[in-house]
Amino acid sequence: MTDSTPPTGLTAPKLRLGLRDGSDDGWGYAPAPESTDHVELRDRYGLFIAGEFTDAADGRTFETANPATEEKIADVALAGDADVDAAVAAARHAYDEVWSKLAPRERGKYVYRIARVLQERGRELAITESLDGGKPIRESRDVDIPLAAAHFFYYAGWADKLDYAFPGRGARPLGVAGQVIPWNFPLLMAAWKIAPAIAAGNTVVLKPAETTPLTALKLAEIIRDAGVPPGVVNIVTGAGETGAAVVQHEDVDKVAFTGSTEVGKLIRRALAGSGKHYTLELGGKAANLVFEDAAVDQAVEGIVNGIFFNQGHVCCAGSRLLVQESVAGEVISKLKDRMETLIVGDPLDKNTDIGAINSRAQLDKIEEYLEIGEAEGAEPFQTSCPVPERGYWCRPTLFLHASQSHRVVQEEIFGPVLAVQTFRTVDEGIAMANNTPYGLSGGVWSDKGAKAFRVTSRIRAGVLWANTYNKFDPTAPFGGYKESGIGREGGLAGLHAYLQPEAAA
Amino acid sequence: MQISTATASFESPPIDAVGVEERVARLCSRSIKKDAKLQALHLTLSMIDLTTLEGADSEGKVRQLCAKALQLHAALPDLPHVAAVCVYPALVGVAKRALEGSGINVASVATSFPAGQAPIEIKLLEVRRAVEAGADEVDMVISRGRFLAGDFAYTADEIASVKEACGEAHLKVILETGELGTLDAVRRASDLAMRSGADFIKTSTGKIKPAATMPVVLVMLEAIRDHYRRTGQKIGMKPAGGISTAKDAIRHLVMVRETLGQDWLDPDLYRFGASSLANDVLRQIVKQRSGIYQSFDDFSL
Repeated sequence: MTDSTPPTGLTAPKLRLGLRDGSDDGWGYAPAPESTDHVELRDRYGLFIAGEFTDAADGRTFETANPATEEKIADVALAGDADVDAAVAAARHAYDEVWSKLAPRERGKYVYRIARVLQERGRELAITESLDGGKPIRESRDVDIPLAAAHFFYYAGWADKLDYAFPGRGARPLGVAGQVIPWNFPLLMAAWKIAPAIAAGNTVVLKPAETTPLTALKLAEIIRDAGVPPGVVNIVTGAGETGAAVVQHEDVDKVAFTGSTEVGKLIRRALAGSGKHYTLELGGKAANLVFEDAAVDQAVEGIVNGIFFNQGHVCCAGSRLLVQESVAGEVISKLKDRMETLIVGDPLDKNTDIGAINSRAQLDKIEEYLEIGEAEGAEPFQTSCPVPERGYWCRPTLFLHASQSHRVVQEEIFGPVLAVQTFRTVDEGIAMANNTPYGLSGGVWSDKGAKAFRVTSRIRAGVLWANTYNKFDPTAPFGGYKESGIGREGGLAGLHAYLQPEAAA
Repeated sequence: MQISTATASFESPPIDAVGVEERVARLCSRSIKKDAKLQALHLTLSMIDLTTLEGADSEGKVRQLCAKALQLHAALPDLPHVAAVCVYPALVGVAKRALEGSGINVASVATSFPAGQAPIEIKLLEVRRAVEAGADEVDMVISRGRFLAGDFAYTADEIASVKEACGEAHLKVILETGELGTLDAVRRASDLAMRSGADFIKTSTGKIKPAATMPVVLVMLEAIRDHYRRTGQKIGMKPAGGISTAKDAIRHLVMVRETLGQDWLDPDLYRFGASSLANDVLRQIVKQRSGIYQSFDDFSL
C-alpha cells in the first residue's frame, strides 16, 4: 500500500502541526493546568509500620522533588535495617495473629474498601503522582489511578474464592511478602503488588522508589483509614539499601521485585538457596512489528502509545519499531507528523502528552544513549516542541536506520527514544523481534487476523498485543521471558504467585 | 494521480475502527480554554454553512436565514460572518439577491438531494440550473446504492460529470456516511470523490443518522491528508449533521488541527453544515466575554 507516499523525487508537502506557541503559527492550545488547591501534601513523611507513621530509627531522611521544577516537595524518612526489621516483625505479627485467622470474606471487604477510596480520592492521587513523578496528568488521571483501583477490585473478588485458585486442591498464603517497586508507575505498581498479596492472605512490607514515594504513602493513609489491621501493609521508604534489606530479610517468605534487569540479577543471586518464593519483573526492549497490510494511521497511533506513553519509562514500551520495507517511508513520515503534535511540558497541564523525565539521573542516562546512537551511525530525529527551561525534559526521539548490532537497539533506554529498523519478510521480522536478551512484550500490526495470530505465537515474549499497544487489565497476566523476568503478575497467575497449593485431598 | 476508471485506482488502505475510536477519544481529551477557546469559537462561526433544507422552505424563510447570516447577533457587531448559506436549488436566486455584496457564498444542494435516486441527466440539469441561478457551491450526493453494490466506476464517473456541470462553482461531495456502514467504505468513498474532482468532501445530508460522527470525520481527514501528501492538492472537509454545540465544534477543530494542521483551519477548507450550531457558539462567545450565560431567547432564530 503506497497510498500516501509521494511520487519519487517529490518531497511530501508539509503539514503545519506544532501545537504550542513558538512551534507553529496560528491556533494553538492555551495552557490548561489542573488545579492543585485541594491536594494536601505534608512537608515530612514517615515510615508506615504497624499502622502508624514513624520516623526512621536513626532519624535519617531524603528529599523527594518535582522533576518538572526541580523543587523539593517533602522530606521522607529513610528506612535503615532496624526499620526494616520492625516492619517485617509487624507484618509477621499481623500475619500470625490477625490476617491469616480472619474469615476470607472479611479480608475481601477491606480490599474492596481500599479500591473504593482510591476511586474517591482519584483526582488527588493523580495530581500527587504527576507532581512527584513527572507523568502527564492525562495519564495519571486516566490510566494509573483507575487501573490501581481496578487491581484492588479484581483481587478483592478472589479473597473468598481461593479454593478455586488450584482446582481440586486447597490454597494457603505464603506469609510475609517483601516487595520493591519502581518509579515509573508508583501507585499502580504498589497496587499490583499489594492487592493480590493481601487478598490471598499474606502481609506485606513494600518499598517504593526513592524518587516517587508520595502516592504509596498516601495509599498507606488510605489503608490506615480503611481500618485494615495494623501491620498487614507496611511501607518503608528509601533507596537501594533499604530495598536490599527488605529482599534479604530472613523472615520474608516471598519477594516480588519490579525494576531493572541488573538489580533483578543481584536479587536472584541473593535469594538462591534461601527457599524464598520470588517473582521478578524486569526490563524489556519490545519490538513493535508493522506489516505492509496494517492500517497505517492506527499503527502510527499505536507506535506513539507504545513508546511515548509515560515518557517511555515503561518496561513493556515498544522501543523497537520494526517496519516492513514496502511501507517504511509512509509509516515513518506519518510517525514524524504525529510526533510533531505531541506536547512536551508541564505534567499538570491537561494537554501535555509527554511530561518530565523522572529524575536527573534518568535524564543523564537517556542523553548518554542519544550520544551513543548517533556515534553508532543511527540517524536521530527530534520534534520541534519547545520545552520549559527548568526541569528534566526529553523531546520525543527517533533513531532511524538503526541496526540490530547497535546498543540503542539492544539495550533498554527507558526514555522517549524509538529505534527504527526495517525488515523484508515475515520471517525476518520475527527473527529480529526475538533477537534480544529481553522478552517482556511486543506488538504486531496487520489487518489480516490469521497473520496476527501466527506471528504473535512465534514471538518469545510474555505479553503480545495485536493492533493495539500498552493495554493493561487486572485479569491479564503480565511478565517476561529471558532477562525480562520470572513469574507473572495479574490475573489468576498473579494470584498463584502469592499462594501455595495444599496437598491433593 | 489522474482520474481513471481502472479498478486499481479504487484501492484504499484498510481502516481499524477500534484504533480510530481510541484516537478520537484521545483528541477529545484536549482541553481548550481562555483565548484558545474564544479564537476557536470565532473560527467556528466563520466556517458555518447556515443551512435550511426543508420541504416547507419558502422565500420568506430563506430571506430570514440570509438576514441572520449577515448579522449573527446584533449585540456583537464585530463577529465574523458565516461562510455560506445552503439552500435547495429553487431558492438559490432568493438567497443570492439577499446576500449580494456580502462575501457570503450561496451553496445549493443538488443531484436529487438527499436520496440521489434520479437519472444522471436530471441530476446534471439540476446542477446547471443551480449554478445559473447563482450558486457558488454545489453540494451533491453520491449514489450510495451503486457504491454499495461495488460499482465504483459509476460513482467516479458520476462525480466527474457533476464536477464538469458545476463549471466555476465549487463541488462538495456528500458521501452520506450513515448509509455506508463501515469506516473502510467511508475511506474508499472519500478517496474516490477526491480523485474524481471533489473540492470538498462532506459527511452527510443531515437527513440520516448517524451523521458527522467523530470517527467518520477523522477517517475523512486522514484521507484528505494522504491525498494532499500524494498530490499537493488541498481538499476541503465539511462535517454536516449532528454538530449542534460549541463543544462539538471545538473538538472538530482540534481534530483538524492535529490531523491536517494549521492550513485547514480556514473557511476555504473547512465548513460546518449546521442549522443550530451558530446560536450555541454565540452563547459561548457572550459567556467568554461577559462571564454570564444568556437565555437562548436572547439569540435570533
